[in-house]
Formats: sequence, structure tokens, C-alpha cells
Amino acid sequence: MAMAADEIARLIKESFPDAEVRIEDLAGDGDHYAASIVSEAFRGKTRVQQHQMVYEALKGHMGGTLHALALKTTAP
Amino acid sequence: MSEQDIQDWIGKQIAGNEVVLFMKGTKTMPQCGFSMQIAQILGHLGVDFKDINVLEDMSVRDGIKAYSNWPTIPQLFVKGEFIGGCDIVREMFQAGELQELLTAKGVAHNAQTQIA
Repeated sequence: MAMAADEIARLIKESFPDAEVRIEDLAGDGDHYAASIVSEAFRGKTRVQQHQMVYEALKGHMGGTLHALALKTTAP
Repeated sequence: MSEQDIQDWIGKQIAGNEVVLFMKGTKTMPQCGFSMQIAQILGHLGVDFKDINVLEDMSVRDGIKAYSNWPTIPQLFVKGEFIGGCDIVREMFQAGELQELLTAKGVAHNAQTQIA
């Protein structure tokens, strides 16, 4: 099962409207992605909290339809 | 075992070991690249850790995700605290923060910052 990069970006944007989202399809197989996300929402949060926020935005896809998504989250 | 029993068992592993890595495979034979990366970083830092192979038990594999509200494996715990998955641990290692955290928590390790 795979998920399109556009769909990942859309879900992230939905939860973090201010976010600058960059998604890279690492293996070209639509299954292994790296995402870097810059959003004000991450300020003051630990890395674990930041990633949990993104996982939440992905509504259960992570670990399911989405096998591998390397995350890099930062505040601007 | 019931779901509660699994949660209790997971809690005991985390409380009873200074450093615990829930991973796919074992430290000597990882079966996933992400699990391998954390095992390598810990090995490189000379950290003694307990490895728990989630592939051996589906209920632990699901249970740990619920325990930490984290959807993926591997998961690293130090002195009872959830530190993160592969991305976070690697980022912390590269920044020297993992070494600082181990020092702050009194976990024996060597101070290298680079994987040779």
C-alpha cells in the first residue's frame, strides 16, 4: 500500500496551514518518503511532541498505508 | 494476555532496564534498517541496552505503539523516558544531544560523536 506525496502534503497543510512542507520520494516507489516541515506550531515543543503532532495530522496513515516517512520538523 | 497485561509488561521492561530499544529483529540481527540505525548508534556509544524484538509478538508490536502514542518502530526509552524513533535519535546523536542526555541521566557511554 502506498500514499501519494500530494496527499501527505495536503493532510499536513490541513493541520498546519502556515507550514512550509517539502516532501521527497526517497525510493521513487511512493512508499518511502522524507518530509521536512517548518511551522510556528512546533515552537517550544519537544521533537517527540512535534512528530506526534504530524502523525496526528496524518490521521493514522503512519505505520499503516504509509510505511516510511522520515520527519524533520522545525519552527521558523 | 489481555491488552492491560501487555501494557503492564511493557511498563515493567521500560522501568526495569536503563535503556530499552523496541525494534524489529535483535541487536545482533536487526531486520529493519531503521532499527539497525539506532542499534548501531547505541553500540557505537558503548551503551548497554535491552533489545525487545517486536516481530516475535504481535501484541507487543501493537502494544508499544499505544503505550507511547507513537505509530512506528523502533522506539528508544532511556530511564523510563520515551526518547523517540529513528529520525529523532539520529538527529540527537549527530548534534551530540543524545550523548548529553545519557550523561544527564547517568547512563554509562563513551563520548564519540561520529560513526567511523
